[in-house]
Amino acid sequence: MVEAIRFRDDDVHEEPAVSLDAVLDQSNATAVRIEAGEDARLLLPLLDRLALIEVDFPVFGDGRGYSAAQILREAGYKGELRASGDVLVDQIAYMRRCGFDAFAPDAPLDPKVMDKALELYDAVYQGTTDSRAPIWKLRHG
Amino acid sequence: MYQYDKYDQKMVDTRVAEFRDQVERRLAGELTEDQFKPLRLMNGLYLQLHAYMLRVAIPYGTLSGKQMRMLGHIARKYDRDYGHFTTRQNIQYNWIKLEDAPDILADLASVEMHAIQTSGNCIRNISSDQYAGAAADEISDPRPWAEILRQWSSFHPEFSYLPRKFKIAVIASDEDRAAMRLHDIGIQLIHKDGELGAKFFVGGGMGRTPMIGPEIRDFVPADELISYAEACLRVYNRYGRRDNKYKARIKILVHELGKEEYTRQVEEEFAHMKTLGLNPPVEELARISEYFADPAFEPDASDDLDLSDPDFKLWVDQNTVEHKQAGYAIAVISLKPQGGIPGDASSAQIDLMADLAEQYSFDELRVTHSQNIVLPHVKKSDLYALWQKLDEAGLAPANLDLITDSIACPGLDYCSLANARSIPLAQKISERFADLGRQRELGELKLKISGCINACGHHHAGHIGILGVDRKGTENYQLLLGGSAAEDTSLAKITGPGFSEDGVIDAIETVTDLYLKERQEDERFIDTYRRVGMAAFKEAIYG
Amino acid sequence: MKILTGNDLKTGDVTWWTGSDWSRHVEDAVDVGESFEAILHEEEAARRVNVPYAIAAEMTDEGPRPAHIKDRVRALGPTVRPDLTLKPADPEAGNWVI
Repeated sequence: MVEAIRFRDDDVHEEPAVSLDAVLDQSNATAVRIEAGEDARLLLPLLDRLALIEVDFPVFGDGRGYSAAQILREAGYKGELRASGDVLVDQIAYMRRCGFDAFAPDAPLDPKVMDKALELYDAVYQGTTDSRAPIWKLRHG
Repeated sequence: MYQYDKYDQKMVDTRVAEFRDQVERRLAGELTEDQFKPLRLMNGLYLQLHAYMLRVAIPYGTLSGKQMRMLGHIARKYDRDYGHFTTRQNIQYNWIKLEDAPDILADLASVEMHAIQTSGNCIRNISSDQYAGAAADEISDPRPWAEILRQWSSFHPEFSYLPRKFKIAVIASDEDRAAMRLHDIGIQLIHKDGELGAKFFVGGGMGRTPMIGPEIRDFVPADELISYAEACLRVYNRYGRRDNKYKARIKILVHELGKEEYTRQVEEEFAHMKTLGLNPPVEELARISEYFADPAFEPDASDDLDLSDPDFKLWVDQNTVEHKQAGYAIAVISLKPQGGIPGDASSAQIDLMADLAEQYSFDELRVTHSQNIVLPHVKKSDLYALWQKLDEAGLAPANLDLITDSIACPGLDYCSLANARSIPLAQKISERFADLGRQRELGELKLKISGCINACGHHHAGHIGILGVDRKGTENYQLLLGGSAAEDTSLAKITGPGFSEDGVIDAIETVTDLYLKERQEDERFIDTYRRVGMAAFKEAIYG
Repeated sequence: MKILTGNDLKTGDVTWWTGSDWSRHVEDAVDVGESFEAILHEEEAARRVNVPYAIAAEMTDEGPRPAHIKDRVRALGPTVRPDLTLKPADPEAGNWVI
């Protein structure tokens, strides 16, 4: 696997990610990987001790991971939130908006294209967990 | 009409730049078709039977003369001189070149239009009542609400890879002119204790498993609209089926969970969403509403009409609708000429309609889900002059809501999903029933034709519906009876074995003959059908 | 017989494999037998065609005729707009589709 692209300053978390079942059973794991169909809310009681949550995208069209990320960030999760799997460069901007701050795509991304995509839109219509002010807020102060 | 501010304009301009870059990457081979497809679809660009097809959004069906003229310009410059108005208040161009698509989007952006999210598994164009702002029976204009939803749903990061496409309609009267309950979310504005809010219906739809959306909340206040919609969508995004494309629409989730369980989950999510600050303040709704203020109606405009020209009288009787303002009328331009293609308009016709809107309708037009065009605010004293100009251009068929005002999807003549052609049927039926006296004798009769089970031609909701199927490589047509997309929403039932093209038209004639025989007083076709029941019609058709 | 079809990447035009190139006219299509996977792959990778696929057809006096009506509509154009088909001068062209 290629090295993860990170938008965080802290060190890479070394502990391997375990499955959702394992982290629910095993009180000391600090990294977990959830599959697309798994309920991110089951992790909410554990957020304080988790440093890395990896959300898998089996195919780019499976958008469940976007909601999983939002749910985790809405609940105050501050650790690394990594999107892995079929993650494409034209999706990164939306993933950032939903709270992902690390990416481990199956196929390498062109960093130039990615940077361009991330800088493209200087305004947004909706509030999400990235805390950018939606356009309606800019209009009404 | 709504006008973009600098933010809205920047968003669509950015989208054009983004798509221009994506097209270049595709043409250069940096993107495969698999990777490019979802990107082009989110900009309304399909690869259809004959070429690329571009679907342009006409948000809640409202547009200005300038915007309409741009649609004509695109038809002339980039297509083959015509456009096709669809059953979702959009327009489609059938002969688009990929290399031209970014320029077309730039042209659209120059008049505050776009093709964003007119395809793909995302929230599609928000549709509404084509008479909004003009109808005598509405409690408030639904379009400000639709515009709030348009902005919220555009580029929504969480809901752009849903299990399947997602359609929302907003209405504000008891009469439903937008097939509201056949949408993924149907919203009806209502008053409760003097406050304006939204009633939510979720899980309606047509397609291969038609369903009427049940009501899941009787009142959502204006300042909680977005968080409630987010809750509806999040439950769907998380739990809607992704294993089978034909079971992936929200109607299946609501059906499988049951309305109560789906509602419970939405309410739980809503309670959480309400705390997240997702809702624009009421000032934003007020800001948008100002754009939809009434035009400067003449307060003393006369209701008198000289109906001495019999053809004009027929058109007024059939194609104008009561306006909320005395002295004004809503005029419907039928795009269903005898033997014509439902919903098609040439660039010259589009230009003319733009001119007429500027001249006679306060610069406003509407597109209807039954593929016609509306001039919403015409002074009654202008109707005769308007009609004459329409008539000269072949735009004055006096057949609104009659049997020849049929809805038809593009069918196998244009669509790669279709199993049978639908347009030739609409043409032949309009020839067979060409006599206007006969049409008027039959009265309101909604005929809807789809060329495949996906039901873009709304056959489930036709008083009479036709579904084209492929029977061993030959086109075959099933006949359905008893559907309605109006406030008395119902789903049509198949009469029995299918027919050839001519056979199904004969069967329609049999069915309408029986109606005329059985009709009591002023019953419409659908009323008689409901009273008499399927068996009598079946007997008449199949013996 | 089997023939290959797809769309031109840039223009979207319906095209048919002639054995060495892509033509707008189904009359130019050649029988590829069963060995077409490599052609599909190579031609798509070179972006000389978009989403190509093989279809069944029969050879007639006028040339290959696709077995399925959908591909015959693709080959000719919309039957409801003869003026926009590849044979605008032939009013009977639509009969070939049905």
